[in-house]
Amino acid sequence: MEIRPIVSSLRRHKITAWLLIIEMALTCAIVCNAVFLISQRLDRMNIVSGVVEHELVEIKVADVGLHPDAKARVEADLAALRRIAGVTQVGVASQLPLGNSSSNNGIMLDPKQKMATINATMYQGQNLLQALGTQLVAGRNLGDGDYRDFDSVMKAAADGDPNDARMPKVVVLTQTMADRLWPGQSALGKQIYLGPVPITVVGVVAHLVRPNNFSLGSEYSMALPVRLTGEGDSSYVIRTAPSERQRALKVALAALKKLDPKRVVLQKRTWDEIRESYFQNDHAMAGLLVAVCVALLVVTALGIVGLASFWVAQRRRQIGVRRALGATRADILHYFQTENFLLATIGIAIGMVLAFGINLFLMKHYELPRLPVAYFPVGAVALWVIGQLAVLGPALRAAAVPPVVATRSV
Amino acid sequence: MFAYYLDLALRSLRRNKVFTVLMVVCVGLGIGASMTMITVVHVMSDDPLPERSGQLYYPHIDPWPAPHGRSTNPHASDNLTLPDAMNLLRAGRAPGQAAMSGAAISIHSEQPNAQPLLETGHYVTADFFSMFGVPFRAGGGWTHADDERHARVIALSSALNRMLFGDSPGIGRTVRVGDEDFRVIGVLDDWHPQPMFYADVNGRAFGRSDAFFLPLQTALDLKLDFRGSLSCHGDGGDDRTTDRCTWLQFWVKLENPKQVSAYMQFLADYWRQQQAHGRFPQSVDPKLYRLMDWLAYKNVVPGDVRLQLWLALGFLGVCMVDIVGLLLAKFLRRSNEISVRRALGARRGQVFLQFGIESAVIGVLGGVLGLAIAELGLWSVRQRPDGYAQLASMDVSMLMGTFLLAIGGSVLAGLLPAWRACRIAPAIQLKAH
Repeated sequence: MEIRPIVSSLRRHKITAWLLIIEMALTCAIVCNAVFLISQRLDRMNIVSGVVEHELVEIKVADVGLHPDAKARVEADLAALRRIAGVTQVGVASQLPLGNSSSNNGIMLDPKQKMATINATMYQGQNLLQALGTQLVAGRNLGDGDYRDFDSVMKAAADGDPNDARMPKVVVLTQTMADRLWPGQSALGKQIYLGPVPITVVGVVAHLVRPNNFSLGSEYSMALPVRLTGEGDSSYVIRTAPSERQRALKVALAALKKLDPKRVVLQKRTWDEIRESYFQNDHAMAGLLVAVCVALLVVTALGIVGLASFWVAQRRRQIGVRRALGATRADILHYFQTENFLLATIGIAIGMVLAFGINLFLMKHYELPRLPVAYFPVGAVALWVIGQLAVLGPALRAAAVPPVVATRSV
Repeated sequence: MFAYYLDLALRSLRRNKVFTVLMVVCVGLGIGASMTMITVVHVMSDDPLPERSGQLYYPHIDPWPAPHGRSTNPHASDNLTLPDAMNLLRAGRAPGQAAMSGAAISIHSEQPNAQPLLETGHYVTADFFSMFGVPFRAGGGWTHADDERHARVIALSSALNRMLFGDSPGIGRTVRVGDEDFRVIGVLDDWHPQPMFYADVNGRAFGRSDAFFLPLQTALDLKLDFRGSLSCHGDGGDDRTTDRCTWLQFWVKLENPKQVSAYMQFLADYWRQQQAHGRFPQSVDPKLYRLMDWLAYKNVVPGDVRLQLWLALGFLGVCMVDIVGLLLAKFLRRSNEISVRRALGARRGQVFLQFGIESAVIGVLGGVLGLAIAELGLWSVRQRPDGYAQLASMDVSMLMGTFLLAIGGSVLAGLLPAWRACRIAPAIQLKAH
């Protein structure tokens, strides 16, 4: 296909040609970035939690008034929950993965350090890792002998002796956290410091995601052997087969109500619901971005159809002359297709620069990573395809112009 | 003349319906999407206390041993420690000052068998009510003396009052909070400032309202449950009473620039004085945020929402470029007609006006459609679970804004095509045919 006549004809329609180019450039730039944003959201939503997601149920109850026998009550609750048929594990959790409420701590490798090395989240509660079903990759899990009571830990902390026997002595942490603190070494037996308190790593789990604050390191998580007795945010975690969850939840609520009819249930849900609500906004945002991409491409396509139709109508006579002089239908068709391809290519080239600029803006204001080069072709291909599809109709109409038009006066 | 051009415009638009519908839909989509997001951002960045916000300030003093970056918690020092809050409160250097924290309690009415209600509210100090102009339906707040005495008093929202006592205010009656009896001394009128600026606003500033207020010192005394973030540094656990844990919000009322600079001076002096006691190791740098600046600093409008606004505006841009192209094509296609009119004596200005009016008609139609789409968009925002969802609706000014944007946008988009059209020479076009 000869390009020169196309270029010289476009030169005579500079404004319209440039409008089309600008429109395609804008669309290309926005689509590139939007697709990148969508993939970021999808990555976030696909995060590995490290727990047996479809087997968990959370129940949170609140006592009314103070109870001196809190410890015994929790034991009684746990015993009742364990007796439920089909329940394989029961634990207490100070916080849950993706639960959106967390307790976090600066982790130091040396008690004299001024700034913490990393900030990690702190899971506490009896039998928690077993109930969550985390996968141990080295060392051992937390055992009964490791556990300390929450209130005695608090008293020990207030007294200020870092080697107090009432403090927890061991910790299980994630592979990611171990690799960050001791790259290339085994974490087992190593010490971390929570403030001045030395704690020994006895186990490493494959994955365990934080409750929130992913920007601090989504898998900087550890589990401390602290026995909770109804403090603050703690809840019961029940593990059972996926199909048994609803039944187990109902039976568990009944069992807890039976032990004390006066208490209030604050939360009852499966872990799947926790995950869903955590990513609700990402889900909505991804959907919105897809809708925007589609709308942009449709509007652009309509613009191309409109302008191409106008050009075809305007050049009916020339087309007739060309046909009369021996051009085939295919020649006419290809003429408009090539013209669109040319415009799209210029638009895409400008769009790439624009996409890069938009990405810089987003990086500055929204803490996004740099747009990977792989996303640029996405916008390019989308625009080429849309352009060709949109121009096909008007181009076919142009090709259908009969040679006889050349002989008519208007 | 105007009526004639309007008639011409409508005829022209009717002649090519598909093209017209295309352009109107294009304007409508762009305007609808942008107005939805502009409205959402507008209501979210609204002033929660329009009459008072100019005099309300949030003092920021950083007790952390080192500056905190992104790898730790960047907002760790936004709150105050209990000792610092109490020192500022007792110094009383401003005409009004109050410390506060989020609260969660279980509350019973006097009836022995009533189920307890779990409610969220705030623990505050005496000046809270007068400083923020909290309206009371009956009774009122408490005094500084009540604060010092750790008085067992409580102020209820009208909704909670209704649940506990029915329609009449329960002033003077008692409610049971945890294991203690509290006397109801005030019942609020409807008061739901949005965003709830005085709360620990990290992330969740919208859609909340408080069911009760009771004295902060009393809550500390009774070890009631607190809500909100607690950030500690150094060692020795995370007791709320230590000077290493930040968790309290603090507001002061300052009436004029002189008071503001005096308070800044006071904060700097306080910082130095604390350094003498071995605290506040960072260099002296107190800040005093105005209410609206504080909300901006705390990113009350979430990043996602701002991003959606940019997306919508980008989309509007593409739609507008699209319209310019389509109008240009349409007008130039009528070159014959224009030539004839020009040859018959129409001036350039008249041709320009004629096509300007045609663009404006597209704008008005697009604006109507855009308004409908924006209402639909806002309706869908209201279905979302976010706290700000309920706020998403248009007021009169936004409604007018939508229309102006639509008409202004399409007239602007019509400028270039109309200008091109009016430059068509009278004779040449005639000659060709």
